[in-house]
Amino acid sequence: MTQSLPFPPKRNPQKPTQVPTVPPMVRSRAALGLGVMAAQGRFGLQVCAQCQAVQYPPRDACLKCLNDDLPWQDVDPTGRVLAETTIRVSPEPYFRERMPWRMGSVKLNAGPVVNCHLHGEVGRGDMVRMALKLDKAGQGVLIALQLEGSENMQDDPVLRAMSCDPKRRRVLITDARAPMALALTQALLNAGAAHVFLGEPEAWRRWPERAAYAGMENVSIVPLDVTDVSSITKLSAEIGGKVDILVNTASFTRPGGVMGNDTTFARDAFEVNTLGLMRLAQGFGPAMASRVQDGVNSAAAFVNILSVHGLMPDPAYSAFGASQAAARSITQSLRSEFRGSGLRVINVYIGAIEGDPWFSTLPPPKVTPNAIARATVQGLVGGLEEVTCGDIAKDIYARWQNDAGLLEREITGGGS
Amino acid sequence: MRRSYEGVVLTAPVSVPYVRYTNETAHWWIAKALREALAIIRMTPQEIDGLSVSSFTLAPDTPVGLTQHFGISPRWLDTVPTGGACGVAAMRRAARAVQAGDVDVVACVSGDTNRIDSFRNLLSAFSRFSMDATFPYGFGGPNASFALLQDAYMQEFGATREDFGHIAVAQRANALHCPHAMMKKPLTLDQYMDARMISDPIGLFDCVMSCAGAEAFVMMREDMAIAKGLPFARIASTIERTNAFPDDPIQLRGGWAVDIDDLWAMAGHGPEAIDLLQTYDDYPVISMMQFEDLGFCGKGEGAEFVRKHDLTIGGDFPHNTSGGQLSVGQAGAAGGYLGLVEAIRQVTAQAGGTQVENARRALVSGFGVINYDRGLCSSAAIITGANA
Repeated sequence: MTQSLPFPPKRNPQKPTQVPTVPPMVRSRAALGLGVMAAQGRFGLQVCAQCQAVQYPPRDACLKCLNDDLPWQDVDPTGRVLAETTIRVSPEPYFRERMPWRMGSVKLNAGPVVNCHLHGEVGRGDMVRMALKLDKAGQGVLIALQLEGSENMQDDPVLRAMSCDPKRRRVLITDARAPMALALTQALLNAGAAHVFLGEPEAWRRWPERAAYAGMENVSIVPLDVTDVSSITKLSAEIGGKVDILVNTASFTRPGGVMGNDTTFARDAFEVNTLGLMRLAQGFGPAMASRVQDGVNSAAAFVNILSVHGLMPDPAYSAFGASQAAARSITQSLRSEFRGSGLRVINVYIGAIEGDPWFSTLPPPKVTPNAIARATVQGLVGGLEEVTCGDIAKDIYARWQNDAGLLEREITGGGS
Repeated sequence: MRRSYEGVVLTAPVSVPYVRYTNETAHWWIAKALREALAIIRMTPQEIDGLSVSSFTLAPDTPVGLTQHFGISPRWLDTVPTGGACGVAAMRRAARAVQAGDVDVVACVSGDTNRIDSFRNLLSAFSRFSMDATFPYGFGGPNASFALLQDAYMQEFGATREDFGHIAVAQRANALHCPHAMMKKPLTLDQYMDARMISDPIGLFDCVMSCAGAEAFVMMREDMAIAKGLPFARIASTIERTNAFPDDPIQLRGGWAVDIDDLWAMAGHGPEAIDLLQTYDDYPVISMMQFEDLGFCGKGEGAEFVRKHDLTIGGDFPHNTSGGQLSVGQAGAAGGYLGLVEAIRQVTAQAGGTQVENARRALVSGFGVINYDRGLCSSAAIITGANA
């Protein structure tokens, strides 16, 4: 049984914040595939296209037949712990700070034997379920979990370091007026978030949904306009040291193709969707990146709710799609910049939102605010990097992964 | 039937005393051992025509760079990357080359430097599979890999920490007779048991101390050794294997188990004719595995074997007579030579304080390279003195 995570002690201002360290980061090209799987919450390994042998560690030629076609596939995640050890001495700073560290050897039912982290609830001889997780270096690593985990299994220190679990953490949702903001607030609080800050741009503009937040415990509405550097700087100075998770919900949507569309709308879309994200990263990123190892409520994730049309535009929303594509590109650069600190960048891809007037002309299926909230929390708890939410986003993301060229031809016309 | 190694011999055993940390390079340590070996055989660097080198810390050089560095022009050059199995492996290759007439004399040298923090750097770049699939999991280095193996071994065969302790304690007793052993204090079984754990079930005295040092020996034709009046040893039998039993889920046996019948058949006798054994002892569990896989006892009987035998120099089963790596220290690839160099001294009656009485036949075995989850290289040789 895993003990429930304690509440963080009151912060001692005289103690320096621990400088974040990361576990070993360097991998071979083949082994980077583990991270690709982990980022999506999948358990997959290389499987030989010719003889079906499951491979581990990742390699360039099949260990049975030397074939070089070794696609990554989802495989049976169950296995048994053959042996375990508790490491008490390590020359690596990340692990030295966390001694003792348990690891083990697991025989997968899919075939290979893997060295892996052990969740506190499993040990030698146990049947286990393996998961691929991103560690603080952003690399895919294996952890053995109990088949049926206990209630607080997420609070295990090894697993928690690989997740961005909102439990005990403080969250900033950047735009309270976004359609999913209320559902997200409730989902985060239900998941144990200690506090939710909601940014409110242009506070003078009245909005009836504001009343829903009145009287909610551990929720504050704060002034924040992602198009305004001084607004971000001011809020960051006030609460930047206690934002553990940032969820960027700010978005500007207008329909229209390239021809005959006013570029003013395009400019607004970029101001909010792309440059807004960049300003938020500049304003809150450095403080978050320096607090990744700050105890129970350490900084964990920078989350972006993005349209899946950033991957492939809906031509009816051309400028919006372009701003989302640009925003996604920014998040990829951010992943590189935050890599050394262990701060995770999570992208939640969605389709048209139910009830959003700017998408009212689009046919169903649409994604509900509740579904977005649920997927975001699941992404945080799972410690993912790439999350798809709703039928449209899942469909487009899968088709884009499979064959981006084909998807483009389908989207731009000519598919029957 | 394999051809014998007649006509070639091992001579000039050299051990450059180890130090814990040094600023000198691997080049320096290897040069020191080579110079000493050449002095024994009375040859100049310009005269030597064969060189075999094993080292982990020569980068960015290879042994090719060493030839220019040392001013030698060998017509036969080898580098043996099999880690703890490299001594016997270097010997096998050199012996056949000398026997075939490709080369007259081969100086076999291994050595490594050890700067502060160089162990961590060495580990980080040790192998691709370790980098991808072992070190991200707690970075326990070889301690953790062997801990998993020992954990499985203890479960499977019922061996206890005391059983492994007997091996370490006996070796320390031997080391007290070896002037250049790094460990100078006696070790009791209680001290072994009470020592802090490093990576359970591996405790402090199961681990070798990494240090800097070098070892060397020379292969030449027997007629040349006789002409020079050098004491020498012959090779009675030898085996080598890489990546044995790849389908074993966890390593409970090494490659010796594949080739052991070949080893004894070539020697023409069985384990009872062996006067002393030098195993590769980066951890006692591996020595125990060698007792089994080399045929001194059955599989799983290693624990009982150590309970029944006295492993010290004067005992009924002299084992790792210089103290082994556990007490002498592990100078990188020199650890793969340590047992062989000591065995040459033993069967040529040059072992001084660690000399086993009437030592005629020695079995030396090597084990090396935890590429991912197990040691991939194994080797063994039976060498004999002039009177065997």
